[in-house]
Amino acid sequence: MANFDTELDATGLNCPLPILRAKKTLGTMTSGQVLHIIATDPGSVKDFDSFAKQTGNTLLESGEEGGKFSFLIKKA
Amino acid sequence: MSQKKLAIIATKGTLDWAYPPFILASTAAALGYETQIFFTFYGLQLLRKKLDLQVTSLGNPAMPMPMPVPVLMQALPGMQSFMTMMMKNKMKQKGVASLEELRDLCIEAEVKFIACQMTVDLFDFSHSDFIDGLEFGGAATFFEFAGESDICLYI
Repeated sequence: MANFDTELDATGLNCPLPILRAKKTLGTMTSGQVLHIIATDPGSVKDFDSFAKQTGNTLLESGEEGGKFSFLIKKA
Repeated sequence: MSQKKLAIIATKGTLDWAYPPFILASTAAALGYETQIFFTFYGLQLLRKKLDLQVTSLGNPAMPMPMPVPVLMQALPGMQSFMTMMMKNKMKQKGVASLEELRDLCIEAEVKFIACQMTVDLFDFSHSDFIDGLEFGGAATFFEFAGESDICLYI
């Protein structure tokens, strides 16, 4: 997993919490910083893809790690 | 790209119907939409300071149940509270946010809540029953926003 500036543990949280928490956390970060999110909600895979598309933040990486879903989002 | 607008009209007040407006509004806000919810009729129950929303399978044949229960049994005293408790437990077990949490997230995301004054008058509610920060208005007030919205949902 590449470098990241902040990590958000969204395990055990279901829609829409992973996205909402991510938005909140991104709000505290500066442009260009990378947020690493860990989630267990399978719906979050598509959600983060859509989130990135619609908010202009870049989804750098989306994958599965040890049974959990992992995302890297760069703040626009 | 100009900001998109989402308008929601929330008319129902049971536990199962409370989730859609708050989830849609909070998600839209997370995606950058300007969002407003107009609470009218039973939707006002979602704005109470202390939420005590119920759900029942009675009249709701679509509700999945762990085992089939005859309709007459569903109407027995205590059944509604029991089913509400089961639903809430299931939500907690599956990591679904509580309504209070979702409502707070909406407020934090600056989703505007408008409460229907006519309904307040109709059912003799008082403003103090409801959470702070509400705007009270009528349909015309809401149409100012709804008329410009990209998405308008009736829930």
